[in-house]
Amino acid sequence: MTLGLLQQELGYSAVYLYVGIFMLLIVGFVATVLVLARLIAPSRSSKTKAQTYETGESTVTDPWRPFPVRYYVFALTFLIFDVEALFLFPWAVIYSDLGVYGFVQMLIFVTILSLGLVYEWKKGALKWV
Amino acid sequence: MEFLNFLNQEPWRFILSFGVVLFLTLNLAAILVMGERKVAGYIQLRYGPNRVGPRGLLQPLADIIKLFTKENISPGKADLWIFLGAPIAMFIPVAAVWLVIPFAPGAVVADLNVAILFFVAVTSVGALGVIMAGYGSRSNFSLLGALRGAAQMISYEVPLILSLLGVVMLTGSLSLVDVVNAQGGGFWNWYFIVQFPMFIVFYISSLAETKRVPFDLPEGESEIVGGYMIEYSGMTWALIQAAEFAGMGLMAGITTTLFLGGWQPPLPFLDFGQFNWIWFGIKTALIMFTFQWIRWSLPRLRMDQLMDLGWKVLVPLTLVWLVITAGAMLVF
Repeated sequence: MTLGLLQQELGYSAVYLYVGIFMLLIVGFVATVLVLARLIAPSRSSKTKAQTYETGESTVTDPWRPFPVRYYVFALTFLIFDVEALFLFPWAVIYSDLGVYGFVQMLIFVTILSLGLVYEWKKGALKWV
Repeated sequence: MEFLNFLNQEPWRFILSFGVVLFLTLNLAAILVMGERKVAGYIQLRYGPNRVGPRGLLQPLADIIKLFTKENISPGKADLWIFLGAPIAMFIPVAAVWLVIPFAPGAVVADLNVAILFFVAVTSVGALGVIMAGYGSRSNFSLLGALRGAAQMISYEVPLILSLLGVVMLTGSLSLVDVVNAQGGGFWNWYFIVQFPMFIVFYISSLAETKRVPFDLPEGESEIVGGYMIEYSGMTWALIQAAEFAGMGLMAGITTTLFLGGWQPPLPFLDFGQFNWIWFGIKTALIMFTFQWIRWSLPRLRMDQLMDLGWKVLVPLTLVWLVITAGAMLVF
């Protein structure tokens, strides 16, 4: 019942090739659906239809302009924590072999990062106003 | 069944896996749209769709035919390449992650040894799709929705990633096959018991990642009328919607694999061998049902409450729990 999905011994790089080709095929599939829809669906464009939707009002402002800086602050915090996670994953994989040494090292690493989070919190960078 | 063995050979296996994963993704989307409307109906004491086919079960098919014959309108001011690229960018993660999930013993398309990292990395592409949709439409509502979506998705990505560390530490591997194999022997070995707080954190984060109520601020149909997908129509809209529902199914599948034992039966004597995918299906369906149940029971959060929950509750909790898990593993 698991025909075709049976796990196989693929080479180390062959697996990534597999996944890469797969993703390209998904892109191709979605693009095909979009093209098919273009061909099947009627197309009677008019100036009114091409207007930007704004609950019936005519658009006065262009949205392509600067937006609040707080998004940037959150993105930066995200980046720091994402990289932290990247460092923690390899550590987590071999943690059971590391013992007390690994525990202390992780404690130092997480403490420094937590201090950063607390600092940011106290400075009000995590406040959404 | 011996004559079908050629399907395990390489070119056929690839074609079959592609077919299975695509079939799964598209059908999940259709079934979940249907399920959503039925669950909503019964929760609100009405029937939901019940005209097309027996008990309305053919409704998704009718929807797809209808959407295929609807005009695709692109706003005149839109950046057309980004606008049309957004559905593609949203569709890649929800289909590709199924590659690394084991459905039954030995049945996995590609057993990556970094499957968990692959999952984390590929789901981030979804946030890119949201930004592309909002920016490419060049509409005020779209951009608002996309900015909120980006802020929300990157904020909840952090607890989502950090909550996986406990599972990785207990398993000692990043491969999802190893994670499932380590949870065998009955439901008391599943990680949701020893990692219960992380199970809850992961569940909340996956609700936020899939932009479901109570975290549906990027869409918020009652305030920004659909958010980033406001300018889409016809099949492009259908693809975005399908990606969203399939993403919900995917998150349920990942939750099952990581915390509820994947295909492992709840009691040892219920082992069906190759048919264990039934257990995977049942658990995933239960998680999906709770997603829908929450959607029709809770109100929407405010933006500052959302960010506070992510950064001031979930992230410190995951860090504390990381230390607790590490300490407990050291002692026992």
